[in-house]
Amino acid sequence: MQGTVFNIMHYALHDGPGIRTVVFLKGCPLSCLWCHNPEGQALGPELMLLTDRCTGCGDCVRVCPHGAATLVDGVPGITEACTACGQCTTTCAQGGRTLAGTRMSVPDVLGELLHDRVFMEESGGGVTISGGEPLLQAAFLRELVDACDSEHLPVAVETCGVGDGNDLLWLAQKGVLFLYDVKLVDEARHRQWTGHGNAGILANLRTLAQAHAHVVVRLPVIPGANDDDANVWQLVGLMRDLGLRRVDLLPYHRIGTEKYVRLRRQYSLPELQPPSTEQLERLQAMFEAAGLEVVTGG
Amino acid sequence: MNERIARLRQQSLSTAPSLSLERAHLVTEFDRQARGLSAPMYRARLLQYVLEHKQLYIGQDELIVGERGPAPKAVPTYPELCCHSMEDLDVLNSREKISYTVDDEARRIQQEEVIPMWRGRSMRDRIFAQMEPAWKDAYAAGVFTEFMEQRAPGHTVLGHVIYQKGLLELKREAGEAVARLDFLNDPGATARREELRAMMVAADAMVAYAERNAALARSMAETEPDPARKAELLTIAEVCSWVPAQAPRTFYEALQAYWFVHLGVVTELNTWDSFCPGRLDQHLEPFYTREVQEGSLQRERAMELLECLWVKVNNQPAPPKVGVTAAESGTYTDFCNINVGGLRPDGSDGVNDVSYLLLDVIDEMHLLQPSSNIQLSRKSPDRFLRRAARIIREGWGQPSVFNADMVVEELLRQGKSVVDARMGGTSGCVETGAFGREAYILTGYLNLPKILEVTLHDGLDPRTGKTIGQRTGDPRSFATYDELYQAFTTQLRHFVDIKVRGNNVIERLYAEHMPAPFLSLFVDDCIARGRDYNDGGPRYNSTYIQITAPGSCTDSLSALKCHVFDKRDLTMDEVLTAIDADFVDHERTRLVLWNQSPKYGNDDPAADDIVAQLFDTVFDSIDGRPSTKGGTYHVNYLSTTVHVYFGSVTGAMPDGRRAGVALSDGISPVQGADRKGPTAVIRSAARMDHVRTGGTLLNQKFSPALVEGDIGLDGLTHLIRSYFTLGGHHIQFNVVTAATLRAAQAEPDKYRDLIVRVAGYSDFFCDLTQGLQDEIIARTEQQSL
Repeated sequence: MQGTVFNIMHYALHDGPGIRTVVFLKGCPLSCLWCHNPEGQALGPELMLLTDRCTGCGDCVRVCPHGAATLVDGVPGITEACTACGQCTTTCAQGGRTLAGTRMSVPDVLGELLHDRVFMEESGGGVTISGGEPLLQAAFLRELVDACDSEHLPVAVETCGVGDGNDLLWLAQKGVLFLYDVKLVDEARHRQWTGHGNAGILANLRTLAQAHAHVVVRLPVIPGANDDDANVWQLVGLMRDLGLRRVDLLPYHRIGTEKYVRLRRQYSLPELQPPSTEQLERLQAMFEAAGLEVVTGG
Repeated sequence: MNERIARLRQQSLSTAPSLSLERAHLVTEFDRQARGLSAPMYRARLLQYVLEHKQLYIGQDELIVGERGPAPKAVPTYPELCCHSMEDLDVLNSREKISYTVDDEARRIQQEEVIPMWRGRSMRDRIFAQMEPAWKDAYAAGVFTEFMEQRAPGHTVLGHVIYQKGLLELKREAGEAVARLDFLNDPGATARREELRAMMVAADAMVAYAERNAALARSMAETEPDPARKAELLTIAEVCSWVPAQAPRTFYEALQAYWFVHLGVVTELNTWDSFCPGRLDQHLEPFYTREVQEGSLQRERAMELLECLWVKVNNQPAPPKVGVTAAESGTYTDFCNINVGGLRPDGSDGVNDVSYLLLDVIDEMHLLQPSSNIQLSRKSPDRFLRRAARIIREGWGQPSVFNADMVVEELLRQGKSVVDARMGGTSGCVETGAFGREAYILTGYLNLPKILEVTLHDGLDPRTGKTIGQRTGDPRSFATYDELYQAFTTQLRHFVDIKVRGNNVIERLYAEHMPAPFLSLFVDDCIARGRDYNDGGPRYNSTYIQITAPGSCTDSLSALKCHVFDKRDLTMDEVLTAIDADFVDHERTRLVLWNQSPKYGNDDPAADDIVAQLFDTVFDSIDGRPSTKGGTYHVNYLSTTVHVYFGSVTGAMPDGRRAGVALSDGISPVQGADRKGPTAVIRSAARMDHVRTGGTLLNQKFSPALVEGDIGLDGLTHLIRSYFTLGGHHIQFNVVTAATLRAAQAEPDKYRDLIVRVAGYSDFFCDLTQGLQDEIIARTEQQSL
């Protein structure tokens, strides 16, 4: 079985306990306007262009088997004919063309994860499977979790909550730690910002809570989108209702904006700035006042 | 820190280093009247003459007394080792970095007294006169450097002796050893007697010097109007009258005793890496615990005394270096390196109350000198590591972190007893030694990429056009990677042979002409053997060649293997043509080599298999060769600042590096080549077998964000533990942003206090050369990748 992986990140400290290696599976049902991993949204591999590295040598145009690589007035591009075969990415000596998304087998991924075993064991860390939305590749995800399990590597799964509840319950039985995003509690607002309703997300969260799964709720703090008191109080209410104890606040950052350029896409929130320290402290205090454990940047 | 320490610290920081010709003048005066003395006795009497006549200094506020020069930061010269020319003095006075003020009087003394007496007689002159042409060619080409051409063998760290014995006791032991000599059957008995008698003279010389300080303190007390300072001066007088003649009885006396011994060692000779107080926390613990229990010492007072010692060390910039030696070690730091933690002789955890006290001192003093490190065993508590990590996180490069268990293993492999190994540690940058029992002499750096460059040119140095290596064949004719590697191995052995032949001559020159009877008093078993530190007297004698830039060399070999022999998308001729043109008009070739080759530091077996093989080849070429002192050769991997100098004499390389650019430092990856973050670097570095070295240096630069908060601190400590689990020897961290460094480069005046870890020690960023500054900025800022 193969999956589409768009990154394996080492020495991650904020995606579960200890030092973690994060596997990013490609494809996501949501399209959050603030998304900082836009290359994780589409299911298939995509070509990314690092235009500033281009020296205009034309190697990409020469090797492209589909005639899809272009160079117009020294500016590199691609046409609709691109199949993301990756030929130009291995040719470009400047590293100006890269592929987001590689087909990998479970043993391939596991092999790379095992390199980091010593760091996981020394730190109480493990593997975090993220995305995109890992549940979109549920069969691959299950095999990967089994493989990690057989090597005694603890697993966390980062999810937006969209997926088959049976898959979630299976993961829960495996003892997986869920890092579970709840972006907005109000259905209409959720749809407005992410392009997707949240009824299924909240139902899945309830299922996991009832199954006593290990769940950490994660709230990406997006100024003007979900950092208002109403959303916070709704989330507090939901967590109390479900008996969930911990929430991580993930402050919005702009590091992903450059990736939109590389994917030749428009970023919807070009003016948006990260939340202020005061705002983060205020939110943290609100959750804490409700008796919840809060980690900012966790 | 209290006000006294703040004043002393400020004075030390604001005083500019200057050259003092006092010692040179006294040495010259002594030499005029010295007749008919054996070499050891000549050296002992010379030390005695200097200590009898040198100007004393007891500064306001000081509690620990004694200066090497006439005043803080007045640095003596050692004309018997290196007789500076008038041009040298101009350079020292005027060079932009690491300068020493030279006044007119100093220039006059040098010109009228020192040069006429010492030119042609200094060790430097003797060494260069005796080196074979092949040695001189390789040295001039930048294949290796020579540590002993301006400075004496050193790298010495104190054991327990000074804290448990007084000089009079050591003198008595030397006398007893003379009495035991067998003049009938031992042909070396006369030489031993001379050495032992010289040690006895050296002991007397230091006791008399301490007594001079006591007398000065007493006379200062008589006229001191402030009753508090008067009392302090009288205490200083009492302490100096007792130590180092007698064994110290108190924490205070122990520190002063150490300082006198330190001064003796660095006055006798300009030993490399000055001198270190050994496992300070363990040696001081009995004094500290007893006095705290008795109520005669408070923690604050102990801290103040330690901080007075710190100021003393900081007052002693390295003796001035010129030429290649200045380039390979371009720093004021003289590498006194404090070891904290580690193991006890019985193998139990050595961390104690004084360890934490020392970490507080290091944190509070924030000084270039002394340098500091923690010796981290798997037995060391996390509390200890986390305390140290909090200091590391402040970003000025101290303390560095050593794997105490690996240090023990390295020493055991070299044949030390288990107790001697556990009481060992690291000094200088990262060098492993059996403290108080070993002479572990570094003899010079070896430039691996240069050797590959010579291999790629069939024995020719393309920079000079001279043939300096073996004719191993035109690489265009090599059918396999193994042929290339075999040629490289042949060249490596050729240059190691040249270096070792030179070392053998130099070792004998020091043994004959530059015995160190004072230093020999403190190193087991010099007294018992009646032999000098520089002539095999210590229990263990190791000779090192320091290997540099395995990262650059591996990446170049890897690029050739990948493109010329495996993928065959470039020919050897294309690569050689490109590097000979310094990649001008060959930018595409350069980018292919730079971006599309396996690189060391990315946990990529394609590159890391090469570094492991390279390690074995270097080890097999050097380790186990005999020295002239009954000892053995070993290797270690460090570079101080030599990777910049070596880079400047090495042409473009197949890894895509342009001519003249700095090489990789220590065992760190090439700057900018490690693209998968710190865990990958650590896994790659652990592919070398650190047990078979006497130290390796791994430098990691972190942005502050990566070590922020409890999570960042945990990550840092776990990273360190992981590296040590994998068998790493040492790791150190710079925590700064590249933006900060660029700002400091643009406006140095605003960033004079910015300390960065360079390559085994910390230095002021603004004191570094532009080349080194650029290199530090270029080094990959480790992010989560």
